[in-house]
Amino acid sequence: MSIRKAIIINVKDNVANALVDIKKGDVVRLDIGKMHFRLLIKSNIPFGHKFATKKISKDEKIIKYGEVIGKATNDIDAGEYVHIHNVIGLRARGDLEKTKT
Amino acid sequence: MEFKGYLRKNGVGIRNYVGIMSTVGCSADVVQKIAQLNPRVKPIVHHQGCAQTPPDILNVENVLINLALNPNLFSVLLVNLGCESTSLEKIADAISKVKDVKTVTIEEKGMSEAVSKGLEITKKMCTESKKVKRKTFDLSELKLAIKCGASDTTSGIVSNPVAGRVADMIIELGGTVVFGETTELIGAEHVLARRAVSKEVADKLYSTVSTIEKRAMSMGVDMRGGQPTGGNIRGGITTIEEKSLGAICKTGSSKLIDVIDYGDRVTKKGLIFMDGPGRELEALTGFAAGGSQIMLFSTGSGAPQGFPIVPVIKASGNPYVCSNLSEHIDADLSSVFYGYETIDSAAKKVMNQIIDVSSGKLTKAEILGYDGNFDIYCRGPVI
Repeated sequence: MSIRKAIIINVKDNVANALVDIKKGDVVRLDIGKMHFRLLIKSNIPFGHKFATKKISKDEKIIKYGEVIGKATNDIDAGEYVHIHNVIGLRARGDLEKTKT
Repeated sequence: MEFKGYLRKNGVGIRNYVGIMSTVGCSADVVQKIAQLNPRVKPIVHHQGCAQTPPDILNVENVLINLALNPNLFSVLLVNLGCESTSLEKIADAISKVKDVKTVTIEEKGMSEAVSKGLEITKKMCTESKKVKRKTFDLSELKLAIKCGASDTTSGIVSNPVAGRVADMIIELGGTVVFGETTELIGAEHVLARRAVSKEVADKLYSTVSTIEKRAMSMGVDMRGGQPTGGNIRGGITTIEEKSLGAICKTGSSKLIDVIDYGDRVTKKGLIFMDGPGRELEALTGFAAGGSQIMLFSTGSGAPQGFPIVPVIKASGNPYVCSNLSEHIDADLSSVFYGYETIDSAAKKVMNQIIDVSSGKLTKAEILGYDGNFDIYCRGPVI
């Protein structure tokens, strides 16, 4: 059995998780529900980290487990690395409360 | 399904320890000294119990009483300093209704006298404890605590879903599963609330999560870096919402029966949520005080620690961790990660491990002695 390189958890998700270290320029096969597609990876993605499975615009919600996990701070291309450099959380943001007052 | 445990007045234990417990941080040295001289006893030390606000002192007393009542303890020696805020008498009285408890006070005649008195008492307690033998009990007697720690991406896709399946199996067999880590519900509470048995339980869940979120926000910063932790972020988790949505996979699919306060005794059957922090040191204490005799701990990057009086089974789905940290991981779930094994099949194996450990088999943390530390969660300042 070949090792899966990446996994999408829920059909609503716009990110996938790398199950191995994936190199920029690799093409990975992704399966979710009845959908099967191949995606060109545009950044090095470390084991366990995420990449976008479709184009995500700035301020668009990041969806994993079928739920909102944060929002994009930049436009993110399909196949691009998704992590703390381009995603912020929406909860427990005491820093935002401070700016409001 | 059955296991072999020890019958107590208030349930069934899976270990038969004599515990020595400090009622305040200042008496910990004497507890450790007695335990060094009599290695058959379990030292239970922490940093709390004095110079705290009255609600925290009450909380510390409640947790110490409930920890002592954990059915894994046969009897308990309490060691206090003498001038602390917690009431030795109150703690001892509550314990004495269920099991044998004795006390030693350091400020009466000093450390040497306290150690020699403590040694004499615990020697007798150990002799008494040997008279109790394991008997067969139904698995429904178990209160399994489920916790995740040092989480990474594999936690949400492998070890937490396996733990969730185990939780469902325990509950289907009539047992109890308790989980906590309120911070790690932030962003996932709406998913869990759908499974609440009543609107009242759902509301309690929302208000508990909101309280801890507001406390974190009162620091005026983004929580990221503290939760998710640096290790979580290195493991691929980007936000608290992502961590929480992965964390709740360990709760399975059963109805949420109740929401209880930190360190309170779990009295209902089924799936129970206990308020408390995500940090191991304090989270596991709450579950042990709740009456959990055994814990299943799902880990991504490999948190090795157990708990002084409760066996902790470590499970990981990270193949690198299962291989590099095999001395700490009891349940290697890497076959699920690779897709060679189903979550169901792995969960059945973990159930068998739970039965074995409940019947006396030692966990890796117990064998290594990586189980000495814990603390009590307090909400107010040290004053």
